Amino acid sequence: MAIPFYVAPDQMVQDKAEYARKGIAKGKSIVAMDYGGGIALVAENPSASLNKISEIYDRIAFAGVGKYSEFENLRKAGIRYADLKGYAYSREDVFSKSLANAYSEVIGNIFTREIKPLEVEILVVEVGEEPEENQIYRILFDGSISDHHGSVVIGGQADKISQFLRDRFRDDLKLDEAIKLGKEALEAGQGGAIRESTLEVAVLDRARPGRKFRRFSAPDLRELLAKASLGS
Amino acid sequence: MELNLTQQGSSFYDFIRVEHDYLLPRFQVPEGVMLSSVAQPPHGTTILALKYLEGVIVAADRQATEGYQIASRHIEKVYKADEYSVIAIAGAAGPCIDMVKLFQVELEHYEKLEGDVLALEGKANKLAQMVRQNLPAAFQGLIVIPILAGYDLRKNEGRIFKYDVTGGRYEEGDFYATGSGGKDARNTLKKFFRSGMTREEAMRLVLEALLDASEEDVATGGPDPVRGIYPSVKLVAQTGTSDLPEDEIRQICELLLSERRR
Repeated sequence: MAIPFYVAPDQMVQDKAEYARKGIAKGKSIVAMDYGGGIALVAENPSASLNKISEIYDRIAFAGVGKYSEFENLRKAGIRYADLKGYAYSREDVFSKSLANAYSEVIGNIFTREIKPLEVEILVVEVGEEPEENQIYRILFDGSISDHHGSVVIGGQADKISQFLRDRFRDDLKLDEAIKLGKEALEAGQGGAIRESTLEVAVLDRARPGRKFRRFSAPDLRELLAKASLGS
Repeated sequence: MELNLTQQGSSFYDFIRVEHDYLLPRFQVPEGVMLSSVAQPPHGTTILALKYLEGVIVAADRQATEGYQIASRHIEKVYKADEYSVIAIAGAAGPCIDMVKLFQVELEHYEKLEGDVLALEGKANKLAQMVRQNLPAAFQGLIVIPILAGYDLRKNEGRIFKYDVTGGRYEEGDFYATGSGGKDARNTLKKFFRSGMTREEAMRLVLEALLDASEEDVATGGPDPVRGIYPSVKLVAQTGTSDLPEDEIRQICELLLSERRR
């Protein structure tokens, strides 16, 4: 049996992190932000059917950037987790905090144990009954988790986009204003206009009964953006 | 609870069958013992569905019985399964409610994983599998007989599916009623049904059928103005599932009762 080469642990972690970062940097970004009625998620996504944003449970949504097959797998696992919990206990017992922690654990384990880390960055967001109770969790490729208030960006141009949002974001924006701001932020990130047809937008709307998640169809989105540009 | 990254497929039922078997509603009674000799679980009765102009209407009385006793006066037997379908249940109340719960999660789970809603036919088949799984329990008297009614978005019409105890699934053309008072309700429906009834006509007919069933069948509860308990009614149309407001149900029931008063 050949003896494997010795690689220092910190070197290995560094290599894996670099590999994962490279994979994620290629992807387009996603913005999540509070607005007056809930939480809005805006992504640039040229595909109309392979989604980056998805419903998980009544108040919880998921968004992922990086390698599609990997975050898609995480998304499905999250839905199973939430549905199982809601079925075994009750619908009120499904929270984003425990889901985000479960994601963090599983992604972290893959990062340390497997040769190839996941090339993904994900968001778990939950709309609260009151705006102060909104929760946004960001989980990185190595399982590190952070919680955010107001707005957060994941993906390749996250830093640039966050900077753009810093001065412009307010948590009392109307829905159409928030989506317009999200679009502009993504445009600032990649330095060029984004067509409406390549935007994927969904919200967790506090006012909806039961399942709060709503995805906007292309015509709905066009109408909203038109309304926003009339207002400004 | 942890995240499961290896599970495949879009069925919640399959998921818990493989990974969390203890959560499945399964009722095992020791061999040679008849459950009915040990205990009499509450039973719910008389559910019906009827097509009308805009879709389909589903209704049931509110009573559950334990042998000769009334177990509940206000049990719910009609449930929204998803945005475009409604399930009504007759039989042993516990297993019935478990099946409804599992069926609701199954539909929602599929919808979220696949990003698409099951066709009404697909929902009906899924329910048939669940009823079939219940067959061993049915031999012990824990029968579950559902009616699934929904709006078929591809065919643009309301559709009704009835089931037998083996999971046999049959589509009904105009209306159906089952449970202990099902035959009586069916008689009324048969006499007065015509195709293309308006919402108002259909509402009146289902409530009249339930009233007739309650007069002929001891296990079916009639409208109870003293306690303010009336049948539950749900509608499914192109715009989705809706509850018939209780006020409206009460008014029609009072009208029907006053017509029978002498």
